Amino acid sequence: MRSVPTWLLTAALLTFFLGPFVWQVLTSLRPEAELTAPGLPRALTLEAYRSVLGGRPFLHVVLNSLVVATATTISCLAVGASAAFALAKLRFPGRSLLLGAALAVSMFPPIATVSPLYLALRAVGLRDTLGGLVVPYATFALPLTLWLLTSYFRQLPDELYRAARVDGCTPFQAFRRVLLPLVLPGLATTGILVFIFSWNEFLYALTFISSPGKRTIPVAISLFAGEHAEPFAEIAAASILATLPLVVLTVLFQRRIVSGLTAGAVKG
Amino acid sequence: MTLERVSKVYRGGVAGVREVSLDVADGEFVSLVGPSGCGKSTTLNLIAGLEEPTSGTLRIGGVVVNGLSPRERDVAMVFQSYALYPHLDVRRNLAFPLEVAGMPRQRIRERVEETAALLGLTELLARRPAELSGGQRQRVALGRALVRRPKAFLFDEPLSNLDVGLRAQVRGELKKLHERLGATFIYVTHDQAEAMTLSDRVVVMHAGEVQQVASPRELYLRPANTFVAGFFGAPRINLVPPEVLGLQSPGEGLEVGVRAEALTLGLGEAPPGAVRGRVYLVEPMGSEAWVTVEVDGHRLVVRAAADFGGSSGTPAWLTVDREALQWFDAATGKRV
Repeated sequence: MRSVPTWLLTAALLTFFLGPFVWQVLTSLRPEAELTAPGLPRALTLEAYRSVLGGRPFLHVVLNSLVVATATTISCLAVGASAAFALAKLRFPGRSLLLGAALAVSMFPPIATVSPLYLALRAVGLRDTLGGLVVPYATFALPLTLWLLTSYFRQLPDELYRAARVDGCTPFQAFRRVLLPLVLPGLATTGILVFIFSWNEFLYALTFISSPGKRTIPVAISLFAGEHAEPFAEIAAASILATLPLVVLTVLFQRRIVSGLTAGAVKG
Repeated sequence: MTLERVSKVYRGGVAGVREVSLDVADGEFVSLVGPSGCGKSTTLNLIAGLEEPTSGTLRIGGVVVNGLSPRERDVAMVFQSYALYPHLDVRRNLAFPLEVAGMPRQRIRERVEETAALLGLTELLARRPAELSGGQRQRVALGRALVRRPKAFLFDEPLSNLDVGLRAQVRGELKKLHERLGATFIYVTHDQAEAMTLSDRVVVMHAGEVQQVASPRELYLRPANTFVAGFFGAPRINLVPPEVLGLQSPGEGLEVGVRAEALTLGLGEAPPGAVRGRVYLVEPMGSEAWVTVEVDGHRLVVRAAADFGGSSGTPAWLTVDREALQWFDAATGKRV
C-alpha cells in the first residue's frame, strides 16, 4: 500500500509533465470555432490532423527530420563509441585533457556559432542541404555522447578487455566483439538523447536551410503561423505528430536501457 | 621461456618490476608469489604482452617477443575475475579464441566439445556466465585457456574468488591438469600455501624485485632473506636476537630464525640449556596447538601437542633444535 502523500506527489508530477501535453492533444482535437473557449471541448474533430497531413507537405518534413536525426545519431555513436572506448580502456598521453576539451566545445552558445558555421557550410557547399545540418548537429552532440559512453565503457571490468587481447583480439576486435555488445544499453540511451536533440533543434535548421522542401519539423511548425491567421489546432496537431516518433523510440528501447547486460561478467 | 633483466617503470618513475630474470623450463609449474603490489601481476602481464617492458628481453620458445602483441605470443591466461564474456554462452566463450584465430567451424566445434568434456562442462554449454556458479565460471575460464592449446598458461590468482572448500579442490585439480597436459604453467598468487603445494619452483617477489627463486622445500629450509623466511610457513618463522634463546652468535649483528617446529615447549622443571618465559597465547589447531611464548619481551610461536596444558600467563620453558637454526644479518635481512 502506498501512502496518501505518495499518491498526491505522483499526481502532482504527472499533472506537471503531462498537463501541457494533454492540453495540446485537446487543442488539436477542437473544432476551430471552439479554440479559445475554456474547459473541455464539446465536440472532437480530426480536421486539424487532416489539414496538417493533407494540406501541406508535412510528411516530407517529417522524413527530412527522420533523415537528419538518424544520420546524426549514427555518426555520433560511431565516432563517440570508438573514441569513448579508447578514452576508457587504452592508455595514451593526454586522455583526460581530451575529455575536458570535448566538454569545452559544448560550452559555446549555439547562437555565437551561427554566422561562422553558415560561412563555413557555404564554403564547402553544404548550405541548404540536410548534410549541412548533420555535421554541426553531430559536432555539438559529440561531447555529451563521449562523456556518457566513456562512463559506460569505464564500468566494464578491465579484465574483459585484457582477456580479449590475450585471446588473440586486436584492440579494435576487442572493442567490436566484446566491449561494444556490452555497452548496447548505453548506446541506446545515448542514441535517444542525440536523436531527441537533433529532432528538436531549431536555430541551425532555421538558418542553414532555405528551401521549404528541406525544412525540418520545428522550423515547419513555426512557419505555420503567418500563412493562415492563427492555426493553433494545426500547430498542436503537428506537435503531437512530431512527438510520437520520440515516444515510440523510447518505449522500444526502454528494456534495453534498463537491462543489466553485464551481469555475470565477473564475480560480484 | 626466459626473462632477462626485465624492468617495467611507469611514468613518474614508479617501478612495477625491476631487473627480473627468470628461466622457465618447458612443462614447468612456476609460481610468482608475494604481497599485493610486489610486481607479480605486472610480470605476468609483461609475459602475456598486455604491458611492454621498459627494458630487458623476453623470450618464449627461444623467440624474442618484446613488442609482439598478445596474439602473436601464443599464451593463454586465466584471470582472477574469470573475465568471461557475459553476452556469450559457454560454448561461444570457449570458442572465442579459436574464432578470433580464424579456425574452421567444424574444428572449433570438435575442440570446444573435447575441452568441455575434459572439464565436465558439457551440460553447461548453452548457459550464459550469469547462470553459472563461481566454481563453474572458474572452469569455463580454464576451458577458454585450454581450448587453444597454447605454449604456456598464465594464471592470475585464479582461485582467490572461490570459497575456501572449493579452493582446495580446484587447487588439486589444477595440479593434476598440469601433470596431464605437461604444459608450462606460470601462476601468480599471494597465497604461500598455493605456491608451495602447486609449484615445481617458486619465485618470491617483493617491492618489484625477485627475492629468491627455488623449489618450495628449498624456500622453506633455506630462505635467502628474512622476507622469504617470514612469507613461507605457517606459523611464521620466529626471528629474534640470538641471546633471547641463549644462543652464541657466530658473528656481529645477526638475527636467528627458528621455525615453530624447531622449538620444544614444556611446563614445570626446565632441562639444562632451556630458556624461561610465559605463555602469551594458545591457539588450538586440532591436530596440534600453536603456542606463543613471551621470552624477554620477544614472542615466539611454538608447535605443541594438541593437549597442551598451559594457558595465558603459565610459566614455561623452551629448548631449541640447534641443527635447524638460520642466521640472518639483522641490518640487511640477508641470510648468512
